Amino acid sequence: MFSIILFAPLVGALICGFTWKIIGEKGAQWTATSLLVLSAVLSWVAFVTFDGTTNSISLLRWIESGSLATDWAIRVDRLTLIMLIVITTVSSLVHLYSFGYMAHDDNFSDDESYRPRFFAYLSFFTFAMLMLVTADNIVQMFFGWEGVGVASYLLIGFYFKKPSANAAAIKAFVVNRVGDFAFLLGIFGLFLLTDGISFDVIFAQAPQIAETQIQFLWREWNAAEVIAILLFIGAMGKSAQLFLHTWLPDAMEGPTPVSALIHAATMVTAGVFLICRMSPIMEFAPVATGFVVFLGATTAFFAATIGLVQNDIKRVIAYSTCSQLGYMFVAAGLGVYSVAMFHLLTHAFFKALLFLGAGSVIHGMHHEQDMRNYGGLKDKLPKTFWAMMIGTLAITGVGIPLLYVGFPVGFAGFVSKDAIIESAYAGTAGGYAFWMLLIAAGMTSFYSWRLMFLTFYGKPRGDKHTHEHAHESPTVMLVPLAVLAFGAIFSGMVFYKPFFSNDTNVAVFFGAADKSEVTVEEDHAAGFSLIAPAYAATAETEGEGTGDDHAADVWPAEPGKGAIYKAPDNHVLHEAHLVSKWVKVSPFIAMLLGLGLAYQMYIRRPDLPAKLAEQQAPLYNFLLNKWYFDELYNFVFVRPALWVGGFFWKRGDQGTIDGGINGLAMGIVPFFTRTVNRMQSGYLFTYAFAMVVGIAILLTWVTFTGGAN
Amino acid sequence: MGNLLSLTTFIPLIGAAILALFLRGDDAAAQRNAKWVALAATVASFLVSLFILAEFDPNDTGFQMVEQADWLLGMQYKMGVDGISVLFVMLTTFLMPLVIAACWNVETRVKEYMIAFLVLETLMLGVFMALDLILFYLFFEAGLIPMFLIIGIWGGKDRIYASFKFFLYTFLGSVLMLVAMVSMFSIAGTTDIPTLMTTEFPSDSFSLLGINIVGGVQTLMWLAFFASFAVKMPMWPVHTWLPDAHVQAPTAGSVVLAAILLKMGGYGFLRFSLPMFPVGSEVMGPLVLWLSAIAIVYTSLVALVQQDMKKLIAYSSVAHMGYVTMGIFAVNQQGIDGAIFQMISHGFISGALFLCVGVIYDRMHTRDIDAYGGLVNRMPAYALIFMFFTMANVGLPGTSGFVGEFLTLMGVFQVNTWVALVATSGVILSASYGLWLYRRVVMGDLIKESLKSITDMNMRERWIFAPLVVMTLLLGVYPVLVTDIIGPSVTALVDQYESATAAFNAANDVAASEVN
Repeated sequence: MFSIILFAPLVGALICGFTWKIIGEKGAQWTATSLLVLSAVLSWVAFVTFDGTTNSISLLRWIESGSLATDWAIRVDRLTLIMLIVITTVSSLVHLYSFGYMAHDDNFSDDESYRPRFFAYLSFFTFAMLMLVTADNIVQMFFGWEGVGVASYLLIGFYFKKPSANAAAIKAFVVNRVGDFAFLLGIFGLFLLTDGISFDVIFAQAPQIAETQIQFLWREWNAAEVIAILLFIGAMGKSAQLFLHTWLPDAMEGPTPVSALIHAATMVTAGVFLICRMSPIMEFAPVATGFVVFLGATTAFFAATIGLVQNDIKRVIAYSTCSQLGYMFVAAGLGVYSVAMFHLLTHAFFKALLFLGAGSVIHGMHHEQDMRNYGGLKDKLPKTFWAMMIGTLAITGVGIPLLYVGFPVGFAGFVSKDAIIESAYAGTAGGYAFWMLLIAAGMTSFYSWRLMFLTFYGKPRGDKHTHEHAHESPTVMLVPLAVLAFGAIFSGMVFYKPFFSNDTNVAVFFGAADKSEVTVEEDHAAGFSLIAPAYAATAETEGEGTGDDHAADVWPAEPGKGAIYKAPDNHVLHEAHLVSKWVKVSPFIAMLLGLGLAYQMYIRRPDLPAKLAEQQAPLYNFLLNKWYFDELYNFVFVRPALWVGGFFWKRGDQGTIDGGINGLAMGIVPFFTRTVNRMQSGYLFTYAFAMVVGIAILLTWVTFTGGAN
Repeated sequence: MGNLLSLTTFIPLIGAAILALFLRGDDAAAQRNAKWVALAATVASFLVSLFILAEFDPNDTGFQMVEQADWLLGMQYKMGVDGISVLFVMLTTFLMPLVIAACWNVETRVKEYMIAFLVLETLMLGVFMALDLILFYLFFEAGLIPMFLIIGIWGGKDRIYASFKFFLYTFLGSVLMLVAMVSMFSIAGTTDIPTLMTTEFPSDSFSLLGINIVGGVQTLMWLAFFASFAVKMPMWPVHTWLPDAHVQAPTAGSVVLAAILLKMGGYGFLRFSLPMFPVGSEVMGPLVLWLSAIAIVYTSLVALVQQDMKKLIAYSSVAHMGYVTMGIFAVNQQGIDGAIFQMISHGFISGALFLCVGVIYDRMHTRDIDAYGGLVNRMPAYALIFMFFTMANVGLPGTSGFVGEFLTLMGVFQVNTWVALVATSGVILSASYGLWLYRRVVMGDLIKESLKSITDMNMRERWIFAPLVVMTLLLGVYPVLVTDIIGPSVTALVDQYESATAAFNAANDVAASEVN
């Protein structure tokens, strides 16, 4: 079954890409889509019926060299399955949506068949992403990792006639390669340490790795820390974290369905997945994970600040994605991998929803993307409006604070984001990460509502003609929105229990503990309660500090069992439930503040933003120009690289090396050149032949006689 | 079939002889006949070589299918293959029919052109099979001649300069090798390569002109051979002949040069430097590692600023050969496996890239990148093929380009993390120059008037690329096809190397501790 899940998209991509001339454009599109739906259905079946035991299915031998043995193999565990359902579900919805979105495109003339190519790329991407998440060893994971990079490159550059799209595509690939560079070094390090690259081998040796010192560059380091940092740098590239984030906003040059699938729901979360997958190493690398938390929190804050002032609807959502990924990294860095995966899951739904909703607006507005030219679209695009509204409610975290009915009540983002913020408070004792995430939550609310207000409320702005012809999207685009909206509303509540409720549930869900062996904890507050159970538990365990030893006991002490590993001294998941009431309410208040401010600025006083921008011009420009990262990188990396390349070529190759050699052979080359030029070309053959053969024979003869004597 | 090796080697030469002796005239029919004869000879050679592969036993790490005979002046004719050389033989026979097919459009001096390629094939095959020092030297040096002529007669505008640069570089390098060969013979008393491989050349350090030479005679001999192989490779900083040679060479010449001739250097390191002068390798190895790392970064940066497509790919070739030398002198299983794999894979990929340039050069007669742009609009099949090989060149997993890079880097990481770090940065740079080239040539709108009527690849061109695509993918997805064959021989080589250097290193450690 897993082979079908994995290879159906590849088959779809190949059929769609290579045989569309035979089966027709429509046939090709339907083939790709239906194979993906098949894959999605099977993924859900696998997810629901999964019993928690990690399985490996070996397919084919791959790279083998001495003790290095790599197989093409499928690893099935809970992490894989979560990713499988996210990828295949969003991907099949995006395929469906693309029927409508890609039906007409001004970037291509009527006689150009771009649709089969688009669907083939989408399906190919899905295959690569599935390879990434089902990998049984880290090299195969790298295969998927690079595969999605190529698919992303192809899709960002899909409008190949636009120079900006081509530039963005290259930028995405090259910046990702910076991350891959570190990822590769991490793989080499792991092989050096464990003599293996399959996850089972690596995980089993994780405790030993933590006690090993490795010579890396100029000194010795703790091996686990080095590996963890290198792998995280890889993750930073793929997941667009600070310093390697510059490609993601530019990636919006691709068609909007691509942004939804690749640059929101799936590929960019691969970094988070990598950290969760490598949890046995991460748990032994406190410095590295501290760095992960710091950088994740900083990215969440940083990206949100830029999101505040962007005018392109897709770029706002792109920075929002960047920021939300920061949240996930904070959770992963704190060791609450289940929470990171939880937010990954819910985020996939509401962010894909927001992107596809934005795509629907763009489609309806004839490919206008500047929000300054929107306004008052609520009545023109009512269904899209409601979809976007649900997405916004989900991302900003709307819910009912402190109400608990076996799970918190609220939209998906409310449940999962608050789980991260509470974990951040518990894990850093109310430190940097917590405050950054809290402020970012307020800003998230502001920019999300700003987007809503600018797009759907107020008076129509911009080209009158466009507004008059604005139209709601076809059903084929609205159905995916409806499905995703459903997920954006309920996925948080439905999946609360296995991802965040308590150690026992999480451990069982991720296969780290067997259901039969642990005492099933009765839900503290089954049924309706106004106080969350863990908060009630605080009262019980008051004075004992951090220890609910019973809860921690369900996790195995040694890595190897289950999809994620948690060190025995890691109690963040438990403590996150014990934080005080104000911490639990704080994200909600931040959300309200953001909403209020946005309402004030874009509904009540629409003149205010312009004034503010004028007053605070330096700050505004700083944010609008994305902290000048592109300019800085251009100045520090791109131009020097070209300059050095030119220098090496002109001064090194042509000046020094050739100059030296020519000097050495000054008498020889010109002589030959002159001689040969004087000869008729007909003689060249004979002459050269005679000369070279003569020399060769002479030398051979010398060798021979020299030896004979 | 006791003489499979000779048969494979000399079928092309027989083809050349037939052309030289029996083909008269220079009309269209004669030209066509010349091409068909050449194609038939190369295909026949390839088919025969398949028997070599079938008969080859990977688990036997010695030389197989050995043929030996007395030759003139008391020299020995001895041929054989082992796990290290057999795939180079296959690479050569596999690529040559494609090379002949790629020059189907040539119209000047077709007969001579075909003869040059056929003779060249024989000589290249001889290099990979020769088991006698003098025989090896003959093949190795004589191989220069046809290549020299191919560039000098059928090349571009500055072909004379390029061909002499090529000739002088490689020839001066081999003079030193010749000296070393003479002294090897005087020490060992034989020119038999298998015997020489087990001979222990003296490695006691001595002083020469006040310079203490660690590793003694071995180091000197190693250096002499290095001079020749490093130029062939080519290694930085003796690489500058290659871009000029490539730019001036006709397409088919470039393919042979990049895909096969460059591999002679790497093969030489594996056949001579490592097994015969292990101590020399041990002493000089770190230097080679650093030269390789510099080569990767340096030439990648230079590739970034090229305006000429062929020059760009030529510099990229030098960078990729950097991985090879790095892997070889990491001297461990992954490094050498990777180096051999990288050479095979580079044969397909760089060959294909030069063919890609050839396809549009045939149409537009320029290699200037700025003269192109937006080709995808009129040449979708070409765009796909070029994309595929660009990605393979960049080292995308799933293509053969990845396996070689990955294994060599993994090998060197175990030896020196600094070198690994510098070399791994090549993955960023290769993506930069590769994709930027692709963007400027293929992507964008088709604006230039001159390109408006350009046609996509024809059937002949597609059929040339097809086997290359298949091999690149096949080796990328199932690389054990290669590693199973080379693995045991490489293991033997590494073991032999380690036992040979163990004593030297132990003595050095003692010396070092005495100093302390």
